[in-house]
Amino acid sequence: MSNALINVPRTVRRGEVFQIRTLISHRMETGFRAGTNGQLIPRDIIDRFSCTYNGVEVFSMRLTPAIAANPFIGFHTRATESGTIVLRWTGDNGFSVEETVAIEVV
Amino acid sequence: MSGLRRGSVCLGLCLVAALTANAQTDAPSRRSGYHDMGKPLQAMQDDDMANPGMLWVGEGANLWNQRFAAADKSCADCHGAVQSMSGVAARYPAFTAGSDQPVTLEQRINLCRTQNQRADRLADGSRELMALTAVVAHQSRNQPIAPPDDPRLRPFIAAGEALYRLRQGQLNLSCAQCHDDNAGRKLAGVTIPQAHPTGYPIYRLEWQSLGSLKRRLRNCLVGMRAEPYAPDAPEYVQLELFLMDRARGLKLETPGVRP
Amino acid sequence: MPDSRSTTGRRVFLIRAAGAAAALAFARPALATPDSLQAAIKDVVGDAPLREGRLVLELPPLAENGNSVSMTVSMDSPMTEADHVRAIHVLNEKNPQPHVMSARLGPAAGKAQVTTRIKLNDSQKVVAIAETSDGTFWVAEADVIVTLAACVEDMPQ
Repeated sequence: MSNALINVPRTVRRGEVFQIRTLISHRMETGFRAGTNGQLIPRDIIDRFSCTYNGVEVFSMRLTPAIAANPFIGFHTRATESGTIVLRWTGDNGFSVEETVAIEVV
Repeated sequence: MSGLRRGSVCLGLCLVAALTANAQTDAPSRRSGYHDMGKPLQAMQDDDMANPGMLWVGEGANLWNQRFAAADKSCADCHGAVQSMSGVAARYPAFTAGSDQPVTLEQRINLCRTQNQRADRLADGSRELMALTAVVAHQSRNQPIAPPDDPRLRPFIAAGEALYRLRQGQLNLSCAQCHDDNAGRKLAGVTIPQAHPTGYPIYRLEWQSLGSLKRRLRNCLVGMRAEPYAPDAPEYVQLELFLMDRARGLKLETPGVRP
Repeated sequence: MPDSRSTTGRRVFLIRAAGAAAALAFARPALATPDSLQAAIKDVVGDAPLREGRLVLELPPLAENGNSVSMTVSMDSPMTEADHVRAIHVLNEKNPQPHVMSARLGPAAGKAQVTTRIKLNDSQKVVAIAETSDGTFWVAEADVIVTLAACVEDMPQ
């Protein structure tokens, strides 16, 4: 299942700052809503996102129930060397998705 | 997060206010609900990387190529690349071989599954059915809605129009009273759209998910405090046929984003 | 917007009435309050002063649905080892919890900017705080009016 969309340029000039945009399928159930039976629907969210570039974390984010369903996260990093960008989302109920994108620095 | 009750209470009270105000006299030119949204939501729809509906389109593209147990056949094995579905969503609902009634695109996909793939019917509104419908309809993005000139459809379109104009529910309202007579005016803070089904399946922020026109119609009925039709009722297909005929020529936007 | 003059007073009343009905219909968890927002700000910055001017919080003044509101927080910073933004926090006034998100960044980010989409339970104030590498805290605020969707479902899915 393709459950994440990632937008990273394929090639970037060395030293250039570029944007990474991500979108992932997740209901981000807040834990504050009641179901039809009056019981609270248990919280089920992504609570952490991180991005490493050639093994070094360049950005991370703590998410709370106040992040919209199907979270969108956009941020920047500076092109240093060709290599891999690893994006990781983790959360409640063992949620864990990791996506790797190659990037060429010219 | 919580707006459910508030929404329907507000709907009831504010409609009274809206409908007692001066009735709109000029028939506005037809336009998609896209133009009734603010810039931020238009931008969310326009940018494939920001449009959450594209998550379903991506899942649907994977499902398109997936083989199923009994027949070991994928959609692609018969139809080829999903791009071959270009134009299909623009002409549905339609009659299809072996059916004596018009079917929606979702129903057509399920017919394919049960008859050709010998797989189980996908549940109404299920993620898989929405994903497949989204990827098929997405192939017609920017194409004008073009219902077929099929005389067999006429009584069904007429039945849909009759439902559209029927006052019903505790508020004693018809679809037409909001979406013809008061389109463009405000219902609480929201602009009432003309109700053209240009973006389906849509990513509705209220749902936080992708959903069908049928689901939207059910929401309308609940908003009017009418009894929603049974899940498989022909009324939904008739209304969809009428709405597509009424929107003839407007461009499809799938996946649309709506508040 | 036809007839805005004649309907304004009535609309204010109706929205209040709707809010009261919602309060009766749901036993809801306590909401964040201006006091809990102040407490959350103190959690982030301690007793350090908050400076204004460099941090920019972009939110639409009017959100058509509080379930998803696009937000960008950015700061003009060289993002060098010597001078960069370490963290960006976002807090709110009226959601069930005051915290919205916290991002960690550094010189490798190249640009101090985060974009995401947030949920707003109601019309309210949103506060962003950035912590720079010299230990200074910068603040920016935005007020968002959240409108209610029409014709919603009668049950959460």
